[in-house]
Amino acid sequence: MTTIVSEKVPTGAEKLIQCLDREGVEYIFGLSGGAAIPIFDALVDSKIKLILVRHEQGATHMADGYARATGKPGVVLVTSGPGATNTVTGLLTAMMDSVPIIVLTGQTIRASLGKDAFQEADVTGITYPVVKHSYLVKDSAEIPRVTREAFYIARTGRPGPVLIDLPKDVTSGPCDAPFVDEVSLPGYDIPGGAAPQDLEATAKLFRRSRRPLLYVGHGSVISDAGPAIQRLAEKLNAPLVNTLLGKGAVDEHHPLHLGMLGMHGTAYANKAIIGCDLIMAIGARWDDRITGKLDEFCPEAMKIHVDIDRAEFNKVIRPDVSLCGDAKRVIEELIPYVEPCESAEWVAQCDKWRKQYPLKYKAEGGLKAQHVLDRLDALIQGEAIVTTDVGQHQMWAAQFVRTRKNRHWLSSGGAGTMGFGFPAAIGAQFAMPNKPVWAIVGDGGFQMTLCELATAAIHKLPVKVLIINNNYLGMVRQWQELFFENRLSGVDLEGNPDFVKLAEAYGIKAFRIKRPGDVDKILKQAAEYNEGPCVVEAEVVKEDNVFPMIPAGAPISGMLIERPKTKLEKPTGST
Amino acid sequence: MRIQQEKNGVHTISLYVADKPGVLVRVALVFSRRGYNIESLVVSPAREEGYARMTITCSGDEDVFEQIIKQLAKLIDVVSAEDHTSQDMVETEVALMKLAAPMESRTTLLQIAEHYRAKVVDYGSDTIMLRAYGDSKKLDNMMNLLASFDVREVVRSGKIVMARGTAKT
Repeated sequence: MTTIVSEKVPTGAEKLIQCLDREGVEYIFGLSGGAAIPIFDALVDSKIKLILVRHEQGATHMADGYARATGKPGVVLVTSGPGATNTVTGLLTAMMDSVPIIVLTGQTIRASLGKDAFQEADVTGITYPVVKHSYLVKDSAEIPRVTREAFYIARTGRPGPVLIDLPKDVTSGPCDAPFVDEVSLPGYDIPGGAAPQDLEATAKLFRRSRRPLLYVGHGSVISDAGPAIQRLAEKLNAPLVNTLLGKGAVDEHHPLHLGMLGMHGTAYANKAIIGCDLIMAIGARWDDRITGKLDEFCPEAMKIHVDIDRAEFNKVIRPDVSLCGDAKRVIEELIPYVEPCESAEWVAQCDKWRKQYPLKYKAEGGLKAQHVLDRLDALIQGEAIVTTDVGQHQMWAAQFVRTRKNRHWLSSGGAGTMGFGFPAAIGAQFAMPNKPVWAIVGDGGFQMTLCELATAAIHKLPVKVLIINNNYLGMVRQWQELFFENRLSGVDLEGNPDFVKLAEAYGIKAFRIKRPGDVDKILKQAAEYNEGPCVVEAEVVKEDNVFPMIPAGAPISGMLIERPKTKLEKPTGST
Repeated sequence: MRIQQEKNGVHTISLYVADKPGVLVRVALVFSRRGYNIESLVVSPAREEGYARMTITCSGDEDVFEQIIKQLAKLIDVVSAEDHTSQDMVETEVALMKLAAPMESRTTLLQIAEHYRAKVVDYGSDTIMLRAYGDSKKLDNMMNLLASFDVREVVRSGKIVMARGTAKT
């Protein structure tokens, strides 16, 4: 008897790519290597587009930028050993900021596991602390289930990175396992809405409040809770502030919006934190950048905490009411319970602070980063997706570039990963080809991932890279100036390249801003250049500081609105 | 969940986990990241295939402990994480002890063994081996009493617990 095989059995790698296709994957950001060759081979016949990066860290931030801009998981494909270890920073970045990315790593053949084979690394072992979950696939039949679970875990609940380690003989061997649709994970629950009695308890606290404040974090962006939060704020007549990552959930131009709070937040947002009698965190986790000295953080205020992750309750702050669930759903459920607060006086006070302590800079004299970013804000009008790197430029951008729309502000918050901004912009531009995308970076961070200029150039991506160049690792220099008697150590970036020539070496259009009078003209030229990427180098004054500033570990009342004349104590808080 | 502290600050946690490679590391990392010490850890297959039971005793700061329970529950492979510290439960531990047993102290050793209902499982010319079981405190007391003798080796199994009545472990 002969058996007629009508279809050839796919390899594990082919099955994997088919599974990714079923998950709706459009792009894979990757760099190949021996252990991953079967997977790269399977991509040849797939409609999924492979974006070849120049360093694996770049791939992770591209996937991250793609995910932050869309809410869909970004996918990374790298080889074993060093290929995989180069993704660790990107995994941490995504883990700290709850971003869904899937990292596929090639691995040595099963028989060589644990034998120090060429380019072998214990990748699941190395990455346990920086993933939401991970898999080492020992049998090709597991590929459909593992892939399905990985995407489900990455994007549901509190999102996060998932890693799949794939031995080469698993991906090159046959896989005739069927596709999997249903997920069975008894240890994984996704909170939905809040309990009615907790909603009632929350409403009761608001009824007693005269000085309410909403504190909006990344969870609000992730669950697209902004419109509901705005309705809640308007119904209550409660001002709101957002965290660095909460930017964009609610339009920062809204009359009740006081901008960003925290270490480098606006003075009026921080004054509102000190003055409020009720604070409600929505998808925010009372980070140390926000609270300053914990014992003195809002001691008089009632605290309400909305979070999808139960472990966030009582971690930093013991809330009076905790509402576990998806931010959007919880806020929508809460709105019918609340009544307008008698808060007119409080809102007027916040407006007064806003007028009294505006963000300011001197446009004359040397070129200021704030000036460039303020004009960029005027140019893009909240319509562009803005990514940042980490440091002074990031804080100035957060202050001066006001975000109007959800998923239009992409920045590495929890991890504070230098090198994030530019590749994240590439990922966002692939996701949103018709949106202007600006990467605001510093001269330090940009050099950590600038090799991706080649990636942007080859795909003619119209990403605009605005380098705020002060030839320093500026934030550390600021700390050394303020708290370490200006003993500068390891911050001078003498030896920086000519960034315009550097861009041109990649065939990329480049501009340079040297004088305040050129800012508008050149930003406009860059905005209008759409044939490919462009680089704008802004040569800003070398020694400028970000204010307001709350020294790490100080109470919010210790906020410095401008450079103090007296000597400052060394900060007690972490970094 | 209300967490009460025993006098010595020791907590007993019971985990019901998917029996997958790496689950032990994931659990251990929740403790080690916070500098929390695991005092005993017992892993055994559960009644349901594909699952395992872990019983962990540990001690340390109360606020950190609350985080540990929550972070354990958050792990995808952990189905349930229960703190049994304040619960009505049965706890048992087994200990094997090897002691030098010269003629002059042999009778006393056997009397202590008898008192703690420990069984002599190896009777040699130079040493004897005792097997005792019961709650951890009883075993501690027995160890203390035997400390003045020539104890050669002690192996304890670590504590296992089960909630009394209809309560789930």
